[in-house]
Amino acid sequence: MKEYDIVIIGGGPAGLAAAIAARDNGSESILILERDKELGGILNQCIHNGFGLHTFKEELTGPEYAARFTEQVEKYKIEYVLNTMVIEISPEKVVTAMNREEGLFDIQAKAIILAMGCRERSRGALNIPGYRPAGIFSAGTAQRLVNMEGFMPGREVVILGSGDIGLIMARRLTLEGAKVKVVAEIMPYSGGLKRNIVQCLDDYGIPLKLSHTVIEIRGKERLEGITLAAVDDRGKPIAGTEEEYSCDTLLLSVGLIPENELSGAMGVVMNPVTSGPIVNESLETNVEGVFACGNVLHVHDLVDFVSEEAAAAGKNASNYVKNGEQKPNGREIILEGTDGVRYTVPSTINPERMEATQIVRFRVGNVYKNCYIGVYFNDERVLHRKRMVMAPGEMEEIKLEKEKLLLHPDIDRITIRVEEA
Amino acid sequence: MEKRELICISCPMGCPLTVELEGQEIVNITGYTCKRGEVYGRKEVTNPTRIVTSTVKVEGGKSDMVSVKTREDIPKDKISECVKALKGITVKAPVRIGDVILSNVAGTGVDIVATKEV
Amino acid sequence: MYDVIIIGAGVSGSAVARELSRYKVNACVLEKEEDVCCGTSKANSAIIHAGYDAAEGSLMAKLNVEGNQIMPELSKELDIPFEQCGSLVVCLDEASLPNLQALYDRGVKNGVEDLEIITDKARIREMEPNLTDEVVAVLSAPTAGIVCPFHLNIALAENAYTNGIDFKFDTEVESIEPIEGGWKLETSQGAYETRYVVNAAGVYADRFHNMVSESKIHITPRRGDYFLLDKNAGKHVNRTIFALPSKYGKGVLVTPTVHGNLIIGPTAVDIEDKEGTATTREGLDELSKASLNVKNLPMRQVITSFAGLRAHEDHHEFIIRELEDAPGFVDCAGIESPGLTSSPAIGKMVAEILREKLDLDVNPDFNGTRKGNIDLDTLSKEEKAALIEKEPAYGNIICRCEMVTEGELLDAIHRPLGARTLDGIKRRTRAGAGRCQAGFCTPKTMEILHRELGIPMTEITKSGGDSQLLVGYNKDRI
Repeated sequence: MKEYDIVIIGGGPAGLAAAIAARDNGSESILILERDKELGGILNQCIHNGFGLHTFKEELTGPEYAARFTEQVEKYKIEYVLNTMVIEISPEKVVTAMNREEGLFDIQAKAIILAMGCRERSRGALNIPGYRPAGIFSAGTAQRLVNMEGFMPGREVVILGSGDIGLIMARRLTLEGAKVKVVAEIMPYSGGLKRNIVQCLDDYGIPLKLSHTVIEIRGKERLEGITLAAVDDRGKPIAGTEEEYSCDTLLLSVGLIPENELSGAMGVVMNPVTSGPIVNESLETNVEGVFACGNVLHVHDLVDFVSEEAAAAGKNASNYVKNGEQKPNGREIILEGTDGVRYTVPSTINPERMEATQIVRFRVGNVYKNCYIGVYFNDERVLHRKRMVMAPGEMEEIKLEKEKLLLHPDIDRITIRVEEA
Repeated sequence: MEKRELICISCPMGCPLTVELEGQEIVNITGYTCKRGEVYGRKEVTNPTRIVTSTVKVEGGKSDMVSVKTREDIPKDKISECVKALKGITVKAPVRIGDVILSNVAGTGVDIVATKEV
Repeated sequence: MYDVIIIGAGVSGSAVARELSRYKVNACVLEKEEDVCCGTSKANSAIIHAGYDAAEGSLMAKLNVEGNQIMPELSKELDIPFEQCGSLVVCLDEASLPNLQALYDRGVKNGVEDLEIITDKARIREMEPNLTDEVVAVLSAPTAGIVCPFHLNIALAENAYTNGIDFKFDTEVESIEPIEGGWKLETSQGAYETRYVVNAAGVYADRFHNMVSESKIHITPRRGDYFLLDKNAGKHVNRTIFALPSKYGKGVLVTPTVHGNLIIGPTAVDIEDKEGTATTREGLDELSKASLNVKNLPMRQVITSFAGLRAHEDHHEFIIRELEDAPGFVDCAGIESPGLTSSPAIGKMVAEILREKLDLDVNPDFNGTRKGNIDLDTLSKEEKAALIEKEPAYGNIICRCEMVTEGELLDAIHRPLGARTLDGIKRRTRAGAGRCQAGFCTPKTMEILHRELGIPMTEITKSGGDSQLLVGYNKDRI
């Protein structure tokens, strides 16, 4: 059986950044397993600009951003295999994968980095009644068809959900010659970034209808139309608000779900809020030596932060292998979100093991204006930071200093809260 | 005096800007949190511009399409002309990132360049 | 002139075709859709009933029990997934116990074996830990089972085809006229002549019957909405769980599928439109409240919802006979539940009528055994490795949710009566049937169909007809 120190499942932005950071930290024996025909993951189909401002201080397109990392992987001669699907990971860290050339094979890893990304929620999960014709696509499927294969999925388009991929596709399809009639969002706020609403919808006069959803799908063979209705504050359609739209295409941009079937099957414990693994400060799951980063851990809005998080996971996995897989010592502090903060990554912190600065990422459950983020060590507030606006569609972060935590040997719980002004 | 409320698109922060105009003249910009925000606000009310991204066909490459962009931002009102100019263009592989696919698109003085190696 | 034309390539028509192929006969199946298994046969509960439901002495009861008895052997012959997992009818109140007893008695009279009424709650809980605590008694039917309706239908048709029965798709019968010695069928693809017609047209069977007979029948499409749940939920129950109609309502069933999913449904709404397979808000809401018998149903795990139409004849009985006032026209109508279960027996019965009338000789070349597609999931690691070495396409995963490989797609496309559409691929291989509902594999599957069949990408359909997935190329309208 082949053996590697670190096996990385997924060659998208998370896997690539993790591999590079592990190499920078001195690990030599690294293997990336990628299911697609090229490295770069979903970035290959994200041909729009807006990537890399944080990481490279310049504005890149998705493929350009990916190229920065793949070039580095090539330069470092980090091993990778393409067109390869991992079908099982054992708790003993034996990775079973398959491809055309090598058939079915096992790899023994000392550490594993989960970087499989996420998938889109499908129509089924929404229970929209009606027929099941051609012409209903998830936004990402349409993105692949248009951007990578050059095909138009439709002429007259309605988009349900205001996630970023949906907003981006509204502009893409408009520029390629389709008529995007409306974007409907069931929530009273958008799920995407503000800049995407400005430059993808407003620029092209595409209306965004908040608190609206699709309640009917017409057309038996190809989609012929849909009905939109306003919803009340519990998300239930309001009678009398129905509006019919004729369209041949419905794009769904209604959320992303981390792809953790492999992780779950190997015994990794999930956080029901994120659908991603519960991790400690090292981004290590409950299975020792198994780390997670990127959208498989929790769904991000910005790839720059995926890269940053994945680099931490890569470095930690490298240290884990170098330090002889030693057991952590010292106390574990529980980290949690309350009062509007839906979750935090990580979920626990060991002050002995953490870096000088620990980034804690989280999302809020509603739109908050002129409020504060409060960080509490047990019951003592140690941080009180003003935020003009916070929204569920935009990930937040705070930083914890190791120095400060070491000064508080008695704390066992850190909470992050939204506090009204 | 006219007040224009904008959302900065320079980066994902999406800062809310207020630009105060006296006729054609900008008298004040507020709400930005970095220099790019001020520049954006100024430009957006005088000469709004955008980066445009699209794809063109490739022959003989590992993919059938290559992604492209305007090397710099172009005037907003030139976007559709710019995309039209890309219709029917087919390039031959190999294509490298930064290769010029079409120069001076729609008379903007800006080149269309490849954003992917094919 | 054909000896026999069968209208409809659903499970009944295909079962008839397969049984008929045991004889030397010049026969053809006409199907208006692009594939087999496109109507009632594709959207149902996917269960094999034990046979205690249908009225004692009815044809339904007889063919149900016969079909149930044939299924274990048939599934081996045709190499299709079938599991005799058993079923329970759940009784929630003492007052309804006589109704449960009546079911038991009827089942015994119908010839159902091993029926048992269980009142020992500990035993019930051990059998089905997720049954509601309110349960008073259950009727257990160990002979009930679950089957893949697609594979049953496809395998029957495929086996009929390899034994010499012709199949014509996208061929809609428009009229039927008596001619000398038989019938002339005008279709969307020209006229066909035949000595005998078998009317296996599902919800449309009344239309064809009424074209040739003065003794009219009437079929109501009875729509049933369903939820299909993720494989994570597939073990929530071990058997098909039926509700005993009671003061709480008629109830719906909850069942595992042979592929490891969970099905909840169906509702029952009589409609006019024979193509009305749209789910409705009311229907789905009704299903969401279907947890009377089974507790903690994980409704967040729904991956898709769908609706099927039962071909309900006014007299709620199978009509399988040569018409008195239209000799040479054999009805196979009113095939509603337990139609899927009964289909093998229906096939035998109709074939026997035709054999006798047409005085058919045995087909000495008939081979009833069919090798199904390879399901990688069922192979050991060593077998998988050996297979991929021999055929590398089995190493290339196309659908990651269901772990379906390119090899399985190629097989589905190139085997007899192979897949030509996305749905055809899905029914044969499960590519696209998983939790992402074809989000990832759609472009890849389309490309393989394009490459293997030479269909232009823009002409590839989801399910035939006008269901093209793509409308053109980038910038073609600017």
